[in-house]
Amino acid sequence: MRPACVNKVFDLAKRDPRVVYIGSDLSPDLTTRMKQEMPGRAFMEGVSEAHVIGMAAGLAMEGFIPFVHTIATFITRRCYEQVAVDLCLHNLSVRLIGNGGGLVYAPLGPTHLAIEDVAIMRALPNMTVVSVCDADEMVRFMDQTLNWPGPIYIRLAKGFDPIVSRKELGFEIGKAIPMRVAAGGVNRVLLVSTGVATTRALAASELLAAKGVECTVLHVHTVKPLDTAAILHYSHDVRVVVTIEEHTLVGGLGSAVTDALVDGGGRIPLIRRLGIPDAFAVKYGSQDQLMAMYGLQPPQIAESVWEALKLVSA
Amino acid sequence: MANDATRAAPRYQTPALDERSIYLRRLIVRALEGGGRGHIGSSLSLVEIMRVLYDDILRFRPTDPAWAGRDRCILSKGHGCLAQYVMLADKGFFPIDVLDGFCRYDSILGGHPEAGKIPGVEASTGALGHGLPIGMGRALAIRMKGQDARIFVITGDGEINEGSVWEAALSCSKHSLSNLVLMIDYNKIQSAGATAEILDLEPLVDKWRSFGFATAEVDGHDVEALRRLLCRVPLDRDRPTAIICHTVKGKGISFTENDADWHHKSSLKADVIAEMYAALEVG
Repeated sequence: MRPACVNKVFDLAKRDPRVVYIGSDLSPDLTTRMKQEMPGRAFMEGVSEAHVIGMAAGLAMEGFIPFVHTIATFITRRCYEQVAVDLCLHNLSVRLIGNGGGLVYAPLGPTHLAIEDVAIMRALPNMTVVSVCDADEMVRFMDQTLNWPGPIYIRLAKGFDPIVSRKELGFEIGKAIPMRVAAGGVNRVLLVSTGVATTRALAASELLAAKGVECTVLHVHTVKPLDTAAILHYSHDVRVVVTIEEHTLVGGLGSAVTDALVDGGGRIPLIRRLGIPDAFAVKYGSQDQLMAMYGLQPPQIAESVWEALKLVSA
Repeated sequence: MANDATRAAPRYQTPALDERSIYLRRLIVRALEGGGRGHIGSSLSLVEIMRVLYDDILRFRPTDPAWAGRDRCILSKGHGCLAQYVMLADKGFFPIDVLDGFCRYDSILGGHPEAGKIPGVEASTGALGHGLPIGMGRALAIRMKGQDARIFVITGDGEINEGSVWEAALSCSKHSLSNLVLMIDYNKIQSAGATAEILDLEPLVDKWRSFGFATAEVDGHDVEALRRLLCRVPLDRDRPTAIICHTVKGKGISFTENDADWHHKSSLKADVIAEMYAALEVG
């Protein structure tokens, strides 16, 4: 996903003279390629995130579309006021590429784990928050960034994640994608996921199908603006809604979906939110190990769904 | 080590304020009267800087604020906005009587300036340390577009406590942005007291020089000196310019001068407003 994203920045820059790239101290390959082929369109500005966001704002005020790329925690936590004031208040077309969203940097510890990035970005007016599920979907998404108004936070996963998205399902910023639609039956469940958690949700739905539980898997690549209509549509006749995210349970996808269901005013099914508890990680290891620690691997998701169904069936 | 708040200021023979400077200050008091509040000291120290910029230096079209050829003036110390508001009103960006609505519910003029709301305001500021990074990006963009517009960024002195200012300074210098002019309103008093005591900036000129800027110092209330200096910018063909403007916080109203207590006031009563007008009687 990461190579797909940065390569796409290169392609977009070739296609549109408004596109510029700003790195802080990451992806020297892209900077070098762009400097060779498009001199003056790529900048490596050093470990100075607060400045880099303001710089990007200044470029956008003059009509450019800057793509800013650095590690997700640094582009969200470190320069939050700059993102809020310089980008969101001015509603500028700046694209923030947050490298290593979620638990990607597991071995590097809590300073590098972007577990609340979606929550703090979606709290900002005018911000769009996108977390695609694989490299192919990243390509389809990036093509739409040129004409989308206002700032976008792009949550990048590790790269080389399995491809589960399908071209025929299309891609539109702000429109959730039903990756699997449940057949009939009383034990129907809606799984709502974002980012690479969608890969786990799909695998969990296979395990559940084998046990006779039919799931719809709604992939919410755009957490803001949320596709409330799709969430209400697919949840209206299910017994259980389970949200799955590689993110803290404070303010992420699960919170957004819960808000949508409450505000929708209709019958609210049983809701289970799977994600990271409100605590910093105390382990290292790999992304997959931490996902397992937080109960986010397919068998664990399936088990959580099973337990929830037992509650509503009792 | 001596921490004398005034040690950094060269000994200037500051001329008395002329009629125009007094008129602009009376407009500031008019807005303060309308809003009943405002950053007084921080605006009064800026008046001559903003006056000379708008009267003699900046290229702009009040009826076409987004004119592509305009110079971009970013008041990074947004709390000093009254000094910019009165200039924008004076130049016809909006009617003078709009000043009376300062800080009121349905006014375009808030306690900090907002782009998109106020004609002539280039960036929404108020949170400190944002103007120079934005100005750097705009200066770079202007150069990329092959235009000759200039970027003027005005910061406070307390404001440059912010690390983002120095991050941006490195970047301005790296890109040799000679189309960027930074002006520091060095009144030596920030919100809570003397800059020398809170976070000493000295040696300030040396700092900017070492960050790659062409530097100058000027009496920030001497209209002729400001005019002569600003007519010469950029001071170097290959470097950004930093101008240290030695100013007096609260300048022009005797009882507000050099007093941190007048940094900001709310609930301004009619008698205080009257005293301010009285202190600004011409002749």
